[in-house]
Amino acid sequence: MSLLSILGVISSAIFSGTSLLYATLGETLNERAGIVNLGLEGVLLVSASVGFAVASQTGNPNIGVLAAMLAGGLMNLLFGFLVITRRANQLASGLAVMFFGFGLSALIGKSYVGARINGLPRFILPGLSSIPALNTSQFKFDVLIYLAVPIAILIWWLLFRTRWGLSLRAVGENANTAFAAGRNPQLIQYQALFFGGLLAGLGAAHLSIAWTMTWAEFMTAGRGFIAVALVIFSKWHPIRAIAGALLFGGAVAFQLLLQASGIAISPFLLDTFPYMLTILVLIGWGGTRKHAAPASLGRVYQGTE
Amino acid sequence: MSQITDIPSRTSLFILNALLALVRYLFIFLVAFVLFGLILLIAGKDPILAIKDTFSSTLGSTYGFSEVIVKMIPLIFTAIAVALPSRVVLINVGGEGQLYMGAWLATWGALTFAALPVWALLPLMMGLGMIGGSLWAFIPAFLRARGWVNETITTLLMNYVAPSVVTFFIYGPWRSPGNALYPQTVDFVPAARLPTFFGTRVHLGLIIALGLLVLYWFIMKYTRWGLEMRAIGGNPQAARRNGIPLTVYLIVILCIGGAVAGLAGMSEISAIHGRLRPGFSPGFGYMGFLISWLSGGNPMGILVMSFVIALISSGGDILQINQGLPFAVVNILLAITLFVVLGRPALLKGKKA
Repeated sequence: MSLLSILGVISSAIFSGTSLLYATLGETLNERAGIVNLGLEGVLLVSASVGFAVASQTGNPNIGVLAAMLAGGLMNLLFGFLVITRRANQLASGLAVMFFGFGLSALIGKSYVGARINGLPRFILPGLSSIPALNTSQFKFDVLIYLAVPIAILIWWLLFRTRWGLSLRAVGENANTAFAAGRNPQLIQYQALFFGGLLAGLGAAHLSIAWTMTWAEFMTAGRGFIAVALVIFSKWHPIRAIAGALLFGGAVAFQLLLQASGIAISPFLLDTFPYMLTILVLIGWGGTRKHAAPASLGRVYQGTE
Repeated sequence: MSQITDIPSRTSLFILNALLALVRYLFIFLVAFVLFGLILLIAGKDPILAIKDTFSSTLGSTYGFSEVIVKMIPLIFTAIAVALPSRVVLINVGGEGQLYMGAWLATWGALTFAALPVWALLPLMMGLGMIGGSLWAFIPAFLRARGWVNETITTLLMNYVAPSVVTFFIYGPWRSPGNALYPQTVDFVPAARLPTFFGTRVHLGLIIALGLLVLYWFIMKYTRWGLEMRAIGGNPQAARRNGIPLTVYLIVILCIGGAVAGLAGMSEISAIHGRLRPGFSPGFGYMGFLISWLSGGNPMGILVMSFVIALISSGGDILQINQGLPFAVVNILLAITLFVVLGRPALLKGKKA
């Protein structure tokens, strides 16, 4: 196998892992505040379709990215209204949001199936362009890829080095205690959901605007659920989420490697690989992860009245 | 709750409660339809026409009505597949995958034992369908019972694996040579087809589904198993300390749920399609989850909600044909209904069972 095709595999692993990293970071923020959002799959779909539609209408991918982020934030606020204000069950509400996303994204994206857009521009980092082996079209990435790891570090800083992050984690551990300490648990949960939604929107934008540059119904293909699984894998920690995203990206790369090497494996069976790997990873880590979860995860905060 | 003296007769109480429930449900759907109409309006469609079309094409003719019943059959199965595990606080979101694997193994039976007479082949296919679904459910059940991985996320992830497995077999070993354009298996022999009634597509699966619904009600209400399941549902640790085999229950109940979902897959391909084709389920597994939630796992509720969701889903076909909307749009109406149920104020909540 030539160097070029190996670089190609690594490059597509990076492209594939990026959208997942953003989604995982968003879900980490939600779950640290005590909220499981199974609707992430639907949120990603709506963000991807809105981002693509706006990018197509305006001809400007940057505006598309912003629109996708806003759509993600709004979808999560809708979810928040159910689980925070109306105190509904989080899992059922999440699945309702998932259905809503299935339908809404199909409606929004309907007239854009097969449309072409200008994707986010791709460029090579100035330092890397001096290495001739890397100076190929495959190693040109968009800005969202370059920002992914810095943003993961930023989320870590927010969660573990700021007062706001401390309050957010306190709400996830025990909302009543946080309330007694003078915090407003419901407001903090809304904030966590909104910021988490912005991040999910970034991931979805990367999928539809930067990477594939198309819209197709159900194009996220379970990435929302894989992200939820990766949050468990990464022990609710933003930095370890990078490892989770790399793992998934690696799974996709492995899939491509097998196809490129000419081993006769059906593409349909290869498609199942990321999901099976995710399940296997959860099994391998399952027993040890339990105590890392926020203590009030999934519990509805009943308020103090 | 303690009863107060001066109790009205049981019958009049029952009728009153039923009427109240009906009013509540009607109100929920009214709100859901209005919100759905608003979204259609924003999308530039005529909401009145769309909703009128939905009702006239389904309830307006015998054929339309029979098609709603046809859609209702797999939904009853997949709703039971969620409702039964939910009694022991298991969240089975894997109905879709279990349905596909049920259809997959039933197809293997239909293709391999095509020479068998109908009285042997159909029960064999049903058995295989149930085994396929329950094997698929066994993996998350085992992982949950061992305390390794929560079943919600595994059942969800496995929904993405099952259709790929089915597609692999359709494109590979089972591909019919006759049809190059639409990959599918060869047509099943007549003995592998569930009988249909009255010249419509309503099939024997309806009787089986209703039978299972009655069985589910009977087991929960009148048997020791039902009592123990309710004990687990109330407080798993207390139930375990009272000698109820918690682990066994968790695994067996989720596998039975999977088996019922497998039956949905088997009856769909046997009665409706007569062959296995990729993507034959428009999300019956997910809709079953919705029905189970909307009905609170109550058998009568499952029956009513299955009908309603089947109606909405048939409406989705009509919207697709008449209004040029993607079929997935029907999910918006399903979701809004669930939003209204989940987010409704206390006034619209029935008393807790």
